[in-house]
Amino acid sequence: MRSAQGALVGTNLAKTYHVKDQPPVEVLKDCSFEFEPAMLNVVMGTSGCGKSTLAHMLAGYVRPDEGTLTIDGVPITDAGPDRLMVFQETALWPWMTVEENVIFGPLSRGGSRSKAVAASNDLLQRFGLGDFKDKYPGQLSGGMMRRAELAQALVNSPKVMILDEPFRGLDVMTRELMQEYYIKLFEDTRLSTVFITAELEEALFLADRIYLMSDAPGRIVKIIDVDLPRPREISCTATKRYVELEQEALAALYAGQGEEANA
Amino acid sequence: MSDPMSTTVNDTANPPVKRLRKSRWTISSWNWRGFVSIVIFFLAWQGAVSFGLPGFTKIPGPSEVVQTFVRDYLFSPHYWHSWLVSFERVFWGFALAQIIGIPFGLFLGTSRVFNNLVFPVFEMMRPIPPLAWVPLSILFWPTNESSIIFITFIGAFFIITINIYDGVRSIKQEHIWLARSLGASRSRIFLRIMLPAVLPAIAVGMTLGIAVTWNVVIAAEMIASDSGLGRLTWEGYVSSTPPVVIVGMISIGLAGFLSTIVVDMIERRMMPWKYKR
Repeated sequence: MRSAQGALVGTNLAKTYHVKDQPPVEVLKDCSFEFEPAMLNVVMGTSGCGKSTLAHMLAGYVRPDEGTLTIDGVPITDAGPDRLMVFQETALWPWMTVEENVIFGPLSRGGSRSKAVAASNDLLQRFGLGDFKDKYPGQLSGGMMRRAELAQALVNSPKVMILDEPFRGLDVMTRELMQEYYIKLFEDTRLSTVFITAELEEALFLADRIYLMSDAPGRIVKIIDVDLPRPREISCTATKRYVELEQEALAALYAGQGEEANA
Repeated sequence: MSDPMSTTVNDTANPPVKRLRKSRWTISSWNWRGFVSIVIFFLAWQGAVSFGLPGFTKIPGPSEVVQTFVRDYLFSPHYWHSWLVSFERVFWGFALAQIIGIPFGLFLGTSRVFNNLVFPVFEMMRPIPPLAWVPLSILFWPTNESSIIFITFIGAFFIITINIYDGVRSIKQEHIWLARSLGASRSRIFLRIMLPAVLPAIAVGMTLGIAVTWNVVIAAEMIASDSGLGRLTWEGYVSSTPPVVIVGMISIGLAGFLSTIVVDMIERRMMPWKYKR
């Protein structure tokens, strides 16, 4: 059996954006972390703290100005199918059917069409999208789009999934369903995950470990181990331990405001 | 059994005929107000002419226009030839503008070097109205026909190019990123992601382009040609036969309308995902 893959390690990452005619924006500074494989790592912070920039770095879209970033010890220099991302807004290509969206990855890397279609059918069936493979993304609901995106990524067997506030903009019901969906997927596969969110409830419900980020320039200021038992159900949010963890996180969040927390 | 969609034979409790009739009078596309206003328009026009209102003394009424059309034009090969000629010019001007403008816009949006080199010249030429090109075009091109097609091309080219350029620049970054992550080659990203992503911009360019092309072709025909619907209309004026002017105007409007329908159909074919709900 292979050991779990997808350990992401960042050391002293820094990034400053320069926009013409505007003062430079320092989004990340001294940002260090070790996201362990086979874990559901949640990065939490307020909006504008650099969470998305961090996600884009992990995926290889954005280069850090300073610091190093590795996956399983190998430096990240470009985008690759080992690290796939679910974006804040849907990134399904609207001109392709759901199936075409899903098989795009395998075909891009020279895979056989029949194999890709079979794998796609499998995943779509599992995600309850079996009857929707010939639909266009515009014909799907928000929750279905999110599931199609998961299928689109998982068909490539990535080492890590990076989810950047994936359920933002969904209605409360769908959002909760999607969280349960992802938690089930994770508990079944133990697929290394970096999940980015601004919502504490979501973070606590999903995470093995929460990485709290400071306001911009963002860095990890606190790590909270969420030791709620798995498999988790939404009822765990009513347990004593959950409330304790929530208190701990809230205290850290408020302490982080303005004050320099020490690692 | 009470399913309203079922049409079983003994479904007498809910006769489909009744529903059919009801739905016929509630069809939303039947705009009776629009019909009334069209009728009023023609009545007012005829009235203004019959009563000789100021300005209308030299203008024919609709009845005279219809008479002239049926008597002199409906069966005249010359008249239908004018249609053909104008359509040909619009077609070539429009098609060339697409064939040249689409790759041109794509290059402007994707290649920084090409953009830096060419965009300033492009922006220098763009504000010049197409009709300002008429004299130069006649001097430059060997035949009258080619100069008119060139002017028509100019009218659509800038609009199409600038739309596609904008379309390339507004491609969602995530759409490209995702394809890169999945291991797609540059050419695959171009063909399967960028090109479809700019199709809506191409469609906008087509819609605007076809309208401009008709505008330009009519004016160019009036100035510099001896054929076409624009010329037909102008000749009506020059030869003091006002009904012909209006026959020409209506023909031009109809021709533009028909072209728009064709362009709409092409756009629907081009982007099936936009029209499936």
